[in-house]
Amino acid sequence: MTIRMTINGRDCTTDANPMTPLLDVLRESCRLTGTKYGCGEGECGACTVIMNDELVMSCLVPVMQAEVATIETVEGLARMADDGAEILHPVQQAFLECGGAQCGICTPGMVMAGVHHLRHPELAPDGLAEALEGNLCRCTGYSAIFRAMERAAEAGRPA
Amino acid sequence: MIVSNAVRYPTYVPATVAEALEQKAGVANLLPIAGGTEVMVMFNEGLLAPCPVQSLHRLAPEWGGIREAEGSLVIGALATYTDVRHHPVVRERYPLLVEAARVTGALQIQNRGTLVGNIVNGSPAADTVPALFAYGAQVRLLSTRGERTVAVTDFYTGYRKTVLRADELISEIVIPPPADGARHYYRKVGTRAAQAISKVVVAGVRGRDSVRLAWGSVGPTTLRTPKTEAAIASGADADEAVATLATEMSPLDDIRSTRDYRLAVSQNLLREFLKRTSPGG
Ligand SMILES: Cc1cc2nc3c(=O)[nH]c(=O)nc-3n(C[C@H](O)[C@H](O)[C@H](O)COP(=O)(O)OP(=O)(O)OC[C@H]3O[C@@H](n4cnc5c(N)ncnc54)[C@H](O)[C@@H]3O)c2cc1C
Ligand code: FES
Ligand code: FES
Repeated sequence: MTIRMTINGRDCTTDANPMTPLLDVLRESCRLTGTKYGCGEGECGACTVIMNDELVMSCLVPVMQAEVATIETVEGLARMADDGAEILHPVQQAFLECGGAQCGICTPGMVMAGVHHLRHPELAPDGLAEALEGNLCRCTGYSAIFRAMERAAEAGRPA
Repeated sequence: MIVSNAVRYPTYVPATVAEALEQKAGVANLLPIAGGTEVMVMFNEGLLAPCPVQSLHRLAPEWGGIREAEGSLVIGALATYTDVRHHPVVRERYPLLVEAARVTGALQIQNRGTLVGNIVNGSPAADTVPALFAYGAQVRLLSTRGERTVAVTDFYTGYRKTVLRADELISEIVIPPPADGARHYYRKVGTRAAQAISKVVVAGVRGRDSVRLAWGSVGPTTLRTPKTEAAIASGADADEAVATLATEMSPLDDIRSTRDYRLAVSQNLLREFLKRTSPGG
């Protein structure tokens, strides 16, 4: 079974076994190693990506279920300025400024959850704590992450 | 890299319900996958015995939605917790389902996990099952032989044992409308709010002269407490109701909690249920 997806705006096909977790396809076949492996059990959120505009744990999605899906990973967030410089997504920029990352393992998943929350705040009626509930961080104690998210929200509601 | 053994799981990806039922009837030990939030955990941990698997995702157009039919609510087999939480009719009339969905896992789990997957798994800790018991939900089972409907309260025959036959798939959950003016109560007690497996969960609906109470994590299956329900319906006070509960509930000791703790928590939850749902309260 050949599986087609769009990953960060690019068409992509894979012949990986259909049961392979999407996470493995992203990391091993697509060499998009920004998305992290933490637990493989849906508990930690390190593997969080956006699939068809929904937040998912990519370790729990057998790749066959991602057929024809649109996938967004942390690698797709930054934009290129006219002069070729990289412009980080406001959530990434805010993490940088607020010290929202320490070891960095949780960061890509945390950033994807944050980006998704700014797009769809209505999906987490209890706010940021609910939006980031599925993402564990063993380093920061979360307060820098929350500050970063508040700063990103102030910076405007990015698309 | 998680996977080393994906080849031991031949995959079937039916495009129609008819095809799915043919496969289920024809392929021995075929394991359906809906949201995958249980199956993939087992798979990744190497705990899923090799077997053919059947992903249901292409059936989303037929089985994905939530709709109303003849006054009842119909939840398709592929409807997720997120669908339930944000559906206007569910929000208006079935608050226990919204609450149960809200406390199940985090958003990433709610976006993939299905209520039907929660039912089939058969864990006594499944968080939506007490709500479905309290609302008197029915489960629709399909096979190439035809269709049957089973009350969710009759679906379990023992610890992780169900009446689901090898050639059957669940197509939908059908829930009758709650009585007018009914009061609804749901509480999950776990070690923390998100992601944690329940120690005790209760769902209750109290109408003018009827009470339904369903409990999770206190026995081998989700269970109702009919004596306590009858006592409350006939006007017992809180002390009497709590004493009756102790006569018909015998929770388990396990790694998450003890029998005595679970019974004490259940009795406290019953008092809160009575207070919150008292007619006039
Ligand atoms: C991190 C994490 C947190 C969780 N938290 C909770 C929680 O708080 N409370 C809780 O109750 N559960 C929780 N779960 C368990 C799980 O998410 C739920 O039970 C979920 O509802 C399973 O649905 P699914 O569609 O993902 O199931 P799947 O993994 O796809 O399937 C589960 C079972 O149902 C069968 N099945 C699915 N659809 C059908 C069908 N149509 N016909 C016949 N059989 C079918 C499958 O064969 C399998 O045996 C959690 C899981 C994870 C990974
Ligand atoms: S690696 Fe997917 S949730 Fe931890
Ligand atoms: S920065 Fe190390 S886990 Fe979050």
